Amino acid sequence: MIGRDLLGIEDLDRGDIERILETAEHMLEVGRREVKKVPTLRGRTIVNLFFEPSTRTSTSFEIAGKRLSADVVNFSPASSSISKHESILDTARTLDAMDPDAVIVRHGVAGVPKRIADRLKAPVINAGDGAHEHPTQALLDLMTVMQAKGRIDGLSVAIVGDVVHSRVARSNIFGFLKMGAEVRVAGPPTMIPAAVETLGVKAYTSLSEALAGADVVMMLRIQLERLAGSLFPSVREYTATFGLDREKLRYAREDAIVMHPGPVNRGVELSHDLADERPSVILDQVRNGVALRMAVLYLLAGQPLAGERRGSW
Amino acid sequence: MNRILLRGGRLLDPAGERDGPGDVLIENGRIAAVDADIRADDAEVIDAAGRWVAPGFVDLHTHLREPGHEYKEDIASGGRAAVAGGFTAVACMANTNPVNDDPSVTDYILDRGHQDSPARVYPIAAATRGLRGEIMTEMDALVRAGAVAFSDDGATIMDSGVMRRVLEYSRLAGVPIVVHAEDRTLVGNGVVNEGAVSTRIGLPGNPAIAEAVMVARDLMLAELTGAHLHVAHVSTAGAVDLIRAARGRGVHVTAEVTPHHLVLTDEATAGYDTNTKVAPPLRSLADRNACRAALCEGTLDAIATDHAPHAEHEKDVEFTAAPPGLIGFETAFAVVLDLVRSGELEPLELVRRLSTEPARILGQLGGSLAVDAPADVVVLDPAAEWTYDPAKGYSKSRNSPWSGKTLTGRVIATFVAGRLVYSEERGVLFP
Repeated sequence: MIGRDLLGIEDLDRGDIERILETAEHMLEVGRREVKKVPTLRGRTIVNLFFEPSTRTSTSFEIAGKRLSADVVNFSPASSSISKHESILDTARTLDAMDPDAVIVRHGVAGVPKRIADRLKAPVINAGDGAHEHPTQALLDLMTVMQAKGRIDGLSVAIVGDVVHSRVARSNIFGFLKMGAEVRVAGPPTMIPAAVETLGVKAYTSLSEALAGADVVMMLRIQLERLAGSLFPSVREYTATFGLDREKLRYAREDAIVMHPGPVNRGVELSHDLADERPSVILDQVRNGVALRMAVLYLLAGQPLAGERRGSW
Repeated sequence: MNRILLRGGRLLDPAGERDGPGDVLIENGRIAAVDADIRADDAEVIDAAGRWVAPGFVDLHTHLREPGHEYKEDIASGGRAAVAGGFTAVACMANTNPVNDDPSVTDYILDRGHQDSPARVYPIAAATRGLRGEIMTEMDALVRAGAVAFSDDGATIMDSGVMRRVLEYSRLAGVPIVVHAEDRTLVGNGVVNEGAVSTRIGLPGNPAIAEAVMVARDLMLAELTGAHLHVAHVSTAGAVDLIRAARGRGVHVTAEVTPHHLVLTDEATAGYDTNTKVAPPLRSLADRNACRAALCEGTLDAIATDHAPHAEHEKDVEFTAAPPGLIGFETAFAVVLDLVRSGELEPLELVRRLSTEPARILGQLGGSLAVDAPADVVVLDPAAEWTYDPAKGYSKSRNSPWSGKTLTGRVIATFVAGRLVYSEERGVLFP
């Protein structure tokens, strides 16, 4: 059973994931209506607590909440508790005193959503914490693959790029493995954690080997500003070795799909045309993201459950 | 005249290689007699049946935070916590404010120690001015003032040329140079051990090799200079191997390990509890087991707590922002008893590593129940179960990973210079 919070895919089992994905499919239908709104969460308050800037994810959560008729409040305090002299936990407790029905947390440091969840009555949804997890991203990725392939069990998934810094990679590794897929990771050795195979994946330093027979190719965003010169020598070399274009995509299965969590560095990790055209499913990911987040909000904040941490309504 | 008879305990005296039942008579601050059955009619008798009677523990590595950071700890509170944990002498690091890089600060610490602390306080002075790793301190003057060793501790001296001169010059002072051996460029922004756990939980990793690389450099410099190098809080199998090999070549090296590195692993950090954030980080099971084996074989000489108090508001932040360190005095004995329960270490050998060896490394009296030795004595109950609540402890800070845990092994009484300074029933009695 899905618990009170959604902090990571590592905490879920296959049944939880299937239930969320099924609920999300129903939510997709709401987005196709002329009036894209249902009264499910009317009168409930959802707080988007983003300590780290994010347009896409916070907008996706905001739209998801609004389509369920919840009141959505965006709150973006300074990211460092040191600079503000207000601890993240103070911020969270302040919010808690205002009795929200769900709090969505993004923070640049792994573990912060968990620490906040330990202190709050309301359920907490992790919208990305450091290099730890980004569970709703992995769930929408699973949903997108399910739509494209009709199954996840038995598929081969290649995740390419900066695995060491990627919460998207971690959540997807946990998610695809739990759903029965085989997962490979590839990237420059400086971007692949030495212990990555303890997670149950196979690591490659060659793109062609990693892609051989892959059904799904997931490209990760490279943080150009931060990493060029430290973890790889230059953008040119990165693009030549691990950037994906149509020619390199031929290493994968003929019917492979291409995914990216966005935003894409066009011409770096992904060629311009692949960012826009099939077999890329990037816009399906975005569309599914809203429905998936509606499903998560509905499951965590939408039903009165017994338990002392629930708000009352 | 103050006479105390500890009757019927199991005497554990590593200095005298004694492990067996007997009585200890304390008189005028010294051990007056140790024998199978002492008659002393006018003495205050303390029944030690079923208990261990050992020389008081000596802690090579602590942070008492005074002067400058009294909101975390001061010499009075730290000294009280020390004797509650069975420590009769503690060496305190120089990273105070002002830094202990000047005899006036050393004087101040000694003065506060005499007046405020039930435990003896041995100041460790900075190896370089301001802990900046550039200009060495006045080692001769500092030793005359009472410094027992030199260390920049967590401000590891990265400049190998400076480190060479510090080690060379320390031979004039004749005291050890204590190093927190981590190559800061390899540590990077790492906050937990780099490995399977860091990969899973997504916190930046600090690789084990950061310690081994720096230990290798410092051992080579110690070999070159003939200085006494003391490696603080060894946490990795790589460092252990290097130290063992260097000692085999005759390098003058000693080393310590903390209770937390002997018992916990990086799995403890998986819940993001900042009280498990410590430098060097909690390591893998293989590293931990290598440290245990090295302590048992004697490659690691001593157990030191690295007692490092931090206020709750400093620790109650995101993991990367929290200062490293945990408090260790009051839990140390119970935690390291794990080595006896597992059969790895005899009680006498455990006491040797908590008491006799650290006293020897610091060149101080202590660690002995010999007749005429200062009566720094601890009475221990290795079977007593208790639940640790740092809020009820003597430290001003509460940053312990053992908070709320049930522990086995308790300090029953602590004597410093023949004076009962702590008893389990009455708490700290002096000052």
